[in-house]
Amino acid sequence: MALMHASSPHTAQPQTSANIMQLVLAAMVPGIVALVAYFGVGVLFNLALCGLTALASEALMLKLRGRPIGFYLRDYSALVTAALLAVALPPYCPWWIPVVGTATAIILAKQLYGGLGFNPFNPAMVGYVVLLISFPVEMTLWVAPATVEHGLPDIEEAFSLVFGNYQVDGFTMATPLEIVRHNNSIIMSQLYNEEPVLAKGSIAGAGWEMVNLAFLVGGLYLLYRKVFTWHAPVGMLAALFLLSTVFYDSGSSLSEGSPLLHLFSGATMLGAFFIITDPVSSATSTRGRLYFGIGVGILVFVIRVWGSYPDAVAFAVLLMNFAAPLIDNYTLPRTYGHAAPRRATEKED
Amino acid sequence: MASPTAREITHNGLWKNNPALVQLLGLCPLLAVTGSVVNAIGLGLATLAVLVCSNTAVSLLRNNMSATVRLPASVMIIATFTTCAELLMKAFTYELYQILGIFIPLIVTNCTILGRADAFASKNPVGPSALDGFMMGVGFLLVLIAIGAIRELLGQGTLFADMDLIFGDAAKDWKLTLLGEDYPGFLIAILPPGAFLVAGLLIAAKNAIDAEFERRAKLNRQVVRGSKRVRTTGNIQ
Repeated sequence: MALMHASSPHTAQPQTSANIMQLVLAAMVPGIVALVAYFGVGVLFNLALCGLTALASEALMLKLRGRPIGFYLRDYSALVTAALLAVALPPYCPWWIPVVGTATAIILAKQLYGGLGFNPFNPAMVGYVVLLISFPVEMTLWVAPATVEHGLPDIEEAFSLVFGNYQVDGFTMATPLEIVRHNNSIIMSQLYNEEPVLAKGSIAGAGWEMVNLAFLVGGLYLLYRKVFTWHAPVGMLAALFLLSTVFYDSGSSLSEGSPLLHLFSGATMLGAFFIITDPVSSATSTRGRLYFGIGVGILVFVIRVWGSYPDAVAFAVLLMNFAAPLIDNYTLPRTYGHAAPRRATEKED
Repeated sequence: MASPTAREITHNGLWKNNPALVQLLGLCPLLAVTGSVVNAIGLGLATLAVLVCSNTAVSLLRNNMSATVRLPASVMIIATFTTCAELLMKAFTYELYQILGIFIPLIVTNCTILGRADAFASKNPVGPSALDGFMMGVGFLLVLIAIGAIRELLGQGTLFADMDLIFGDAAKDWKLTLLGEDYPGFLIAILPPGAFLVAGLLIAAKNAIDAEFERRAKLNRQVVRGSKRVRTTGNIQ
């Protein structure tokens, strides 16, 4: 009888990139359902446009680079990038927004650096930031959540909003984060009574809190399936929670918003569980990922409160992507049985 | 050392040793003022003028400058011509002068100019030096215009807007609106990141073209028949 020699790692089920990417896509479903429920079919337009553009630009770049197209398209990574960007974009934005954003993400931020595994920056966030600084007007028009006022555009209106020259203004409303940031005249409890989007919700604005909750559920599922460890999300959420508690100012008119507002509004949960957990562009070791998450959490709060853009997750993630090699340098784990590792910054003798 | 021929100098300045795409010198103006074609031409022409004049002057003085004062003296010469260019622009293209602002006096710190003065003009006679300055300047100008055109087109959807700042009233209607009146404007192209992206893509394009030429040259290389050496492996190419 011939004995089979198998070397480590002895995993029962090998995890391929495609498996992981499919899990991530599956875990985004609750968040997407919540987004559609509160912000309407515009989300699905974004998903479709981003998905198609991602596959097309990935195939184009692979062809130009002389790589096997089918092999790389089947790893689903382009679709994950597309989905992450699509849920971050405002629903009912003109069709060229998702197309330009996804093409930038895949071509500039991913394939030009060498494709999956070589990109120093999170492609979806690069696409988002390029769109945000290029088209600030289109990128900050969010429709009011379904439970607040006018109701949502129907399918026909959605088509003319996305593909026509129809203006989206009639449906839009400031997001909870913007409302709180621009307030410096009335106390928080009064603000929560006066602003419909906050009054209809319970902690962080109607719609937004449910979307974040749904992404939290999806993220916890990924954590349970061991797609990533707890370090980065916990670091980010803890830092954000601590800072927003310190600056809550007991809900006065100068308050920067309650900790719950910061945790459950904007892109917090999407960022914490789906974006900073990207294994390629974040730090490598678990301790490094904890620091990476803490850095993102601090930057998110700082940029949200003292910066000039409505949300901050994308900027915070990109800034920490820059810092990831430095974090790696200082958090090199010691391999069992070996001496402490030498850092790249240590002087040669 | 014999000076290179005019052909070599031209090839070097415009392509093989292009200051912006190969030497990567003078990146500060390259990135800062290429938001539109008119700005690119304005600064490119000023740099070209300073480059020709300083190369000529340094070359004329090359036998009278000791090695110890060569660099300070070159910088003084460049600074003089930069001031001339600045005053001329102030006199004749005042609006452009205001738009370009600090980047005109900063021509003095452009490494291309000091680089050519030290690497070429201080070792070669005046004729080749002036030609070298001119060709390097033209190479730089062309890259500035290319980046300016791409950024202006992507960022505003126009080409040659405001050309009357340089060429007078006759150029007022040179402006081409290529992408339609309601083009939303891809702002990042005009912002600083756009300059890095476009410059990077141009460098990549140049490298790709060079690689393609090399590949073709390899294919066309004549196979020498009747070699005396016996090959035991591989194919003769």
